[in-house]
This record gives sequence, structure tokens and C-alpha cells, in this order.
Amino acid sequence: MDVIVLENIHKVFRLGGETVRALNGVSLTIHKGEYVAVMGASGSGKSTLMNVLGCLDQASMGGYRLEGLCVTAMNKHQLADVRNSKIGFVFQGFNLLPRTSALENVELPLLYSRHSSGVSHRDKARSALDKVGLSDRMDHHPNQLSGGQQQRVAIARALVNDPAIILADEPTGNLDSKTTLDILSVFKSLNDKGITLIMVTHEPDVASHAKRVITMRDGIIIDDRNVDQKDRVVAP
Amino acid sequence: MKWQKLIKVAFQSILKNRMRSLLTMLGIIIGVASVIALVGLGQGSQADIEKQVSSMGTNLLIIHQGSSFSGGVRGGTGTQASLSMEDVAALREKPLTIQYVSPVIRLNEQVIAGKKNWNTAIEGVSQSYLNIRNYRLSRGSFFTPRDIKAKAKVAVLGKTVVDELFPGQDPVGTRIRIRNVPFVVVGVLGSKGQTAMGSDQDDVILVPDTTAFYRLSDGKAIRAIMVSAVSEDLMTDAEADVRKVLRHAHKLPEGEEDDFHVRSQTELISVASKVTGTLTALLSAIAGVSLLVGGIGIMNIMLVSVTERTREIGIRMAIGARGGDILIQFLIEAVILSLIGGIFGIMAGVGIAFGIGKATGTSVVVSTWVILATVIFTASVGVFFGFYPAKKASALNPIEALRYE
Repeated sequence: MDVIVLENIHKVFRLGGETVRALNGVSLTIHKGEYVAVMGASGSGKSTLMNVLGCLDQASMGGYRLEGLCVTAMNKHQLADVRNSKIGFVFQGFNLLPRTSALENVELPLLYSRHSSGVSHRDKARSALDKVGLSDRMDHHPNQLSGGQQQRVAIARALVNDPAIILADEPTGNLDSKTTLDILSVFKSLNDKGITLIMVTHEPDVASHAKRVITMRDGIIIDDRNVDQKDRVVAP
Repeated sequence: MKWQKLIKVAFQSILKNRMRSLLTMLGIIIGVASVIALVGLGQGSQADIEKQVSSMGTNLLIIHQGSSFSGGVRGGTGTQASLSMEDVAALREKPLTIQYVSPVIRLNEQVIAGKKNWNTAIEGVSQSYLNIRNYRLSRGSFFTPRDIKAKAKVAVLGKTVVDELFPGQDPVGTRIRIRNVPFVVVGVLGSKGQTAMGSDQDDVILVPDTTAFYRLSDGKAIRAIMVSAVSEDLMTDAEADVRKVLRHAHKLPEGEEDDFHVRSQTELISVASKVTGTLTALLSAIAGVSLLVGGIGIMNIMLVSVTERTREIGIRMAIGARGGDILIQFLIEAVILSLIGGIFGIMAGVGIAFGIGKATGTSVVVSTWVILATVIFTASVGVFFGFYPAKKASALNPIEALRYE
């Protein structure tokens, strides 16, 4: 099943008098259960692509279908609802709410959810934290957690609403190499459970953990290949 | 998002910056406290006035002399000597509507008792004056119909007069001199305190009307006649009867103006409460301005808060908060901020009102509806001044908000 279908996406910004073509005709299909890394130098358009995929921004032109829903025709409220129910974000800077416990941080998307299920918010948040191996740190505040642990909380928050995709924007950018491998193994185990993952990174080592690597330059995809599992950089 | 969660988040944010929140609330606290205190004291003195009225008797009618008119110059009330003892007698003959009638012959005289002297009001009144004015005797007795008939030189003293002339003594049976006429003190009036206008009702000496009329006032006319109606419901009828009797007694032809004035006590009260009411409203309006200033303080701090929490707003939007969710969150924070200020202000205001009331002897009335209205008003101040910052927060672009350092 196709989770994401992008057709000839363009994104144009006007900065002062200058027109910046951040995306210049991107077409891409991502299937359920894929683990995709998006690579590229800064200014290649990968962050803009991420914003469009994450429904934080609308494309100037082109079509975007997320699980069959036509996102390009949606208004601000509908986009917020799509972000809430279909997309889980993991950021470079973790972006947890300070002075708020891990459990409450994970609960946050549920509070904005417009479809309530029978399961209580607390229980859903607990099981999400369990999946990232942090069930013993639920009541800790972000400043009591290490970077790797904070990123795990962020991943749990992304997972809690059972999203169609998890979008990770440089998820290991603020982490040391050991913690990076730690987080990548969390991603791997999630992907093994069938969760679709898209990760933006500029580090080839990190990208090599994905099953498919897309490389961008000047707003277009210049390379799209499946990674041979044996090519993987294995942790020492 | 659920209400309790929203309120919890708002409290967390308010408590995070305790000092800042308190200073922000201060404007609201001062505004609400002054409004509550002023309204409390204003309503209290209004209640005092009303109590006074009912203690004087709500069925009281006061007849004054009319104004003189000669050579195109109109004098004020009482300049025309139009009331006489005959009028008093005539009024007594209307028992269906009029219960008590008493003339009031008022003089200001120096009163001498032993080595002490005191200037006070002498009122020549009939026996029924006690009933008309709801006076009670604390000592001795009031003068009798025989005293009145005999123009007896007897006097009943008010408490203030006793305190000045006979400190710590029982004056009953002693002699005092009014205008060099010796009087025997037969009784002491119970204390009535001040009127709403601040005049001392105990600074008075009552003597028989006949004595005052013939022995003290040189046969001058009667200044006023007090009449009490049989009941409060018959006030209008009583007033009409008074008019009819007096016009007849004064032989006024039809079409000519009355040469006297009839006033009811309730009329006086309504004027007095109108004055205090206007004053209270005016002062409260001024205090209300400080509430608005407090509201601007809230707006200012909410704008700071929105800027400080731009990143948090970005996170919330990224995980699916709609603009409306953010708007409500900041609005609730502003409302809670001003409501807490309002509650502190109410407590402070009630305290101040009772403090001032105790110090000045005024009653204080803090009614539920004033508190309710204040609470609603402060909440609206929060909504009004919180709306702009909240709107600003809700209109943030999530991408830029997430990037905000």
C-alpha cells in the first residue's frame, strides 16, 4: 500500500525580491513499512520536503496524497488534524515541553486528538514509552533525562497516536555516536514492527541504516536507491 | 483539549513566574479592591440612611412654613410665618388618616446648669412627639398633658446635653436655666445617634410646646408641624388631608399656592440615598479605570509570555494543536490570571471596607451580586485583554515557531 504519493511537488519562497525554488518537481512514492533516509547538503530542499511531508507547509504546486487523502486541498485545521492523527515528528532538538514529565509529554498529542478511543490517554502513553524502553523514567522531567533518553521520549510521543508515518528531522544531530546507534536501533525495531519511517540526515553513516536512501540537490531527487543490507555500517 | 487540562497548563505557567504573575495581578487587585471597598461603604451608608428613616418612622410628614413673597423677592422655606397652634389643633381633628400631631418650635439657646453651660437646640413639642420620632426615655418621665396645659417649665434632655452639663450625674430633678427661665429636668431621652447627614439627634432639649411658644419664643410662629399617618399605606391620604385642613384654616382661595410645604421622610431619604448613590457610582467608575489599567498589564505580560513560549507553541502545533486550541490555552491563562487577581482584590476590598467602616462607624454592606458582578467583570477583562496576545499565538506559523530560539 502506498502511504505517501508525491507528484511533481514545487515549493517557491519569496525572500525579499528574490524567488527561491526550494522544491523543483519532486515525485516520490513511499510504501507502508519502508524505512527511508533523505540526504542532501544544506539548501538541497530536504528540510522543505520534510515540512511538506509533515503537513507543516503546503506545496506551491503538485499533488500530495497521504494514505489516500489529498493533503494539497486541505485547510489549516484539517492539516493540524492530519499532523495529529497520521504523522509523528521527531526533531533534532527533541522539542519536549520543559517542566513536564515524560509521560505528560507523550500524552500531549492525545490531548489534541479529535477521535477518542476507549483506551485511556495514560495507558496509551505508558505503552508508547514502554516501546522505546523508558517505562522506568515516566515521571522524569526532560532536564532529568540524557539526550538519548529525551529523544526516546520524543519518539514515544511520535508513536502514541499510531501514525501512518514517523518523520525524523536529523534525529541524531544532537547526539554522540553511541547514543546515535542507540536511537537508530529503536528506529530499526519500530520499522521491524511495520512502522513507516522517513528520516532526514546529512550523515551517510546514519542514512545507511535505512532501507532506502533518497539524495536531493537543488530541489530535486538526484538519487533513489535501496540499500543492500550487507553494505550497512555495523556498530563496532 | 479537556478543560481541566487547559486550566492545569495555565496554572503551571502562572506559577512558573510567580513574581511576574503577582505583579501583573497587582493592577487588577488594586482596581477590584477599591471598587469593592467603595461600593461596600457606599451601600453601607445607604443602608444606614434607610435604617434612620425607619427609626424615625416611615409614616412621618413634616409641614414647614411657606416662603415669603414680597416685592418680587421670594424667601426660602420658613420665611413666611404661616403655621400656628390653631393649625395643630385643626390637624388633630382628622383621626382617620392622622395619628399623631406635634408642633416643633425650635430655638437655639445657651443653657445653664450650675457652673456649666452649653448651646443646644430647644424644641417645643407636644406629648405625641415621643411617638412620632420614636424617642425612648432612658430616665425619668416625659411631660404630661397637664404640663402642656399649664405651660410648665419642665424639660427632657438629650444624651449629649446630659454629657455636657451633668457628666456622670443623674440630672432628673435638677434645675437648668434656658434664657434665664428656670426649668426642672424631668427626664432623659434614650440615645438615637447621628442622622445620615451627621447631625447629632441627642443634642436637644424637649420642652412642652406651649411653654416654648409662650415663654421662650415671644409668641413667634411655629416653624414646623410633624404629623404621623395612621399607617404607611395612608401616607398619600394623610398628605391630602393635611393640605385640605391647612388650606381651609389659612383660608386660601382655590388656585392660590400653598403657603406651607409638606414633606415626607421617605422623600428626604430618597434624596439622601441618591446623593450617596451618585457618589458611590462616581468613585467606583474612577476605581474601574484602574481595573482597565490592570487589564493592560495582563495584555502586556501575555504578549511577553507568547514570545517566550513561541517554541512550545510550535511543538503543540506540530503535534496537531489547531490555532483555536492555542487561542483557548492563552485566553484561559489570561482569564485565570485576572480572576485570581480579582479574588485577591475582593478579599482585600472587603477587608479595607470593614476596616474603614469600623474606624468611621459606617456600616458596610458587601452584597453577593457586587462580588458576582466583580468576578464576571474581571473575567471579561481577562478575555478582552488576553484576546490579542492569544490571537497572536494562534496565528504563528508552526515551522517558524519550531525554529525560534
